[in-house]
Amino acid sequence: MADVSLNGHVHTITALVHDKPGVLARVAGLFSRRGFNISSLAVGHSETAGLSRMTFVVEGGDWVVEQVTKQLYKLIDVVRVTNISSESSVVREMALLKVKSNKDNRAEIMQIVDIFRAGIVDVGNDTVIVEVTGDEGKIDALIKLLQPFGVRETMRTGRVAMTRGGVAAGTKQTAIPAARSAPDTEVVP
Amino acid sequence: MHLTGAQMVCESLVREGTDIMFGLPGGAILPLYQTLPEYPQLRHILVRHEQNAGHAADGYARASGKVGVVVATSGPGATNLVTPLATAMMDSVPVVAITGQVPRAAIGRDAFQETDTTGITLPITKHNYLVMDTADIPRIMSEAFHIARTGRPGPVLIDLPRDVLTESDDFDYPEHVDLPSYKPTMEGHGQMIKRAAQLIADSHRPLLMVGHGAIISGAFAEVREIAEKAQIPVITTLLGIGSFSGEHILSMGMPGMHGQAYNNWAIDRADLIIGVGMRFDDRVTGRLSAFAPNAKVIHIDIDPAEVGKNVRVTVPIVGDAKRVLHALAKQVEQVSRPEWMSEIEALRSEHPLHPGQGNGLRPQHVVRELCDITDGRAIVVTGVGQHQMWAAQHYVFKEPGSWITSGGLGTMGFEVPAAMGAAFAQPNRQVWSIAGDGGFQMTMSELATIVEHNVPVKFAVLNNNNLGLVRQLQDLFYGGSRVASGYTGNPDFVKLAEAYGIWAKHVTDEPQVRSALEEAAAVDGPAIIDFHVEPEENVYPHVPAGESVFEMIESPAGQGALSWLT
Repeated sequence: MADVSLNGHVHTITALVHDKPGVLARVAGLFSRRGFNISSLAVGHSETAGLSRMTFVVEGGDWVVEQVTKQLYKLIDVVRVTNISSESSVVREMALLKVKSNKDNRAEIMQIVDIFRAGIVDVGNDTVIVEVTGDEGKIDALIKLLQPFGVRETMRTGRVAMTRGGVAAGTKQTAIPAARSAPDTEVVP
Repeated sequence: MHLTGAQMVCESLVREGTDIMFGLPGGAILPLYQTLPEYPQLRHILVRHEQNAGHAADGYARASGKVGVVVATSGPGATNLVTPLATAMMDSVPVVAITGQVPRAAIGRDAFQETDTTGITLPITKHNYLVMDTADIPRIMSEAFHIARTGRPGPVLIDLPRDVLTESDDFDYPEHVDLPSYKPTMEGHGQMIKRAAQLIADSHRPLLMVGHGAIISGAFAEVREIAEKAQIPVITTLLGIGSFSGEHILSMGMPGMHGQAYNNWAIDRADLIIGVGMRFDDRVTGRLSAFAPNAKVIHIDIDPAEVGKNVRVTVPIVGDAKRVLHALAKQVEQVSRPEWMSEIEALRSEHPLHPGQGNGLRPQHVVRELCDITDGRAIVVTGVGQHQMWAAQHYVFKEPGSWITSGGLGTMGFEVPAAMGAAFAQPNRQVWSIAGDGGFQMTMSELATIVEHNVPVKFAVLNNNNLGLVRQLQDLFYGGSRVASGYTGNPDFVKLAEAYGIWAKHVTDEPQVRSALEEAAAVDGPAIIDFHVEPEENVYPHVPAGESVFEMIESPAGQGALSWLT
């Protein structure tokens, strides 16, 4: 069976969990104890008070995803688990990039930032902070283009994801405003 | 009602039907102990080690079907519960552990006897709580008992800081527990049950493999009905022993590493396996790729995570074993399978259980005699190792809920405190602890507790002055290099018993076995028989770990064939 888990697909799983102390430790402990590989984890409040939503990016085959889902459900604090990789969904990550910059190259940096529909949120004497939202590929591409200037620090949130249309994972949900950054065509299938 | 936290805990225990708990006090949990005299209906058994309190609560739970309760203090008290909690977790036993914790203000400051108890026990409990507000105690206590005893049962720990126990608040016990994120599936899916019935009708060589889940849900009549109606032989896993009478013509005994050899051959030929409340553990399946190669699989379990975890399943059914089997039995057709039955009979006679080599006192003989004098109706508790396997193989259980053993975790020493707990649960039944000399010495400090309460547990110590199964593994797979498996300084267990004031006897020859067992059974109180068994005796069959049935060693004659492997 172990060989099944080795084919390296990447899955996005969201979990609606009770916002209680220790819930992150329970989830993280479960992943390490069962040998599951999380490449990204993002946590934040959900639309319902007392509930948080986690987004995991998990590597592995169908067996791994099925086990991750079932094992998560066994945690008393987990309300709902949804594998949204197979559904049509919007996937985003945000990053803050501190880039070396001076008055000579600032315009060039701003031009690149504009192409990516990113923004400059802080300007210092010798650095700027760039804020970018998109899928991992877009953020990787921007970092690559900014590297020649010198990227001093990167801070990435990890992936958050949401299925398109209908009712979202776990609870009834009102309509959500369109994603504020780039159009949906860049969404990873 | 305005109560202290400690009173709230006691009040809650009373409401949950607790009548006995096993524990050992210490500073952080003392407020709870000082409240106990107000609640005479809560009997507290003071043990000699917290690990034993945990196993006693486990044994009590398995023998009674109720939730076992264990109490310990913070720090080392709580860490000593790690082994029994992990044992109960692996074997799905409902236990509630109550631990003291340092006062809230001291948490995180490495205070005296502080440890992160909920952190440590997180992966070995079904759920756990650190109570930070006295007002939460009634809700948490009711949730803990609910979680422990429902669905796939398991241990739940409640960590109580000392000042949470001493503060007061209003006590209002919830009548119902409502956990929206915890709703175990009880009824099987109708369509799946229909498909399962069809698979059974279409099969020619079906086998039922029945595990602990059938015992927990009390599915004895249902297992029997399906087995008899569709003429399906019944294999019982180590923890499923007793779910089907060992005397029944369709009873096959145990599968796997040390199961009856004919079962492993039958599984190899089967075209349908119906797993009920079992988890296709590696000790059952051996190498997965070679397990039941010709069989489709129906898997019935209340824990969805078990279905499809180890083997590919044709028809998954998540639900309570009793309810699913009840629904399935209605749809199963009456058939007879004379060809399969005669094939099974041939396998049985070709691959009988090894009776022991017969040099000296055979441990198998002791178990058979014990089965005989107790008419297969005693509660039998074991630890882990050779003695456990011989007991599982040679004691023919007639009644469910009579076999208590540490299966999943394989905890040596379980046999002493768990037998004590079982005897508290079933004072009118004979409780026999079949022990190894290794495990017995791990937890024999509880003999003092047994004497204090005159608990009538009878110990049959199968003493081979060895960690027998370790020695066997070394002989079979490590070229006979016996490293750290021999005990040369074992005490005289009869003199040890005398020190405790316990009736005891040495037995060295087979003709003395029966009378010694009868004498011990007649003692009013505990008894210990030190059986000096043949130390070179091995457990057969032996499927090497991770191998298939084709590598199974069925008798001493089969050992040579394998020696080239080492």
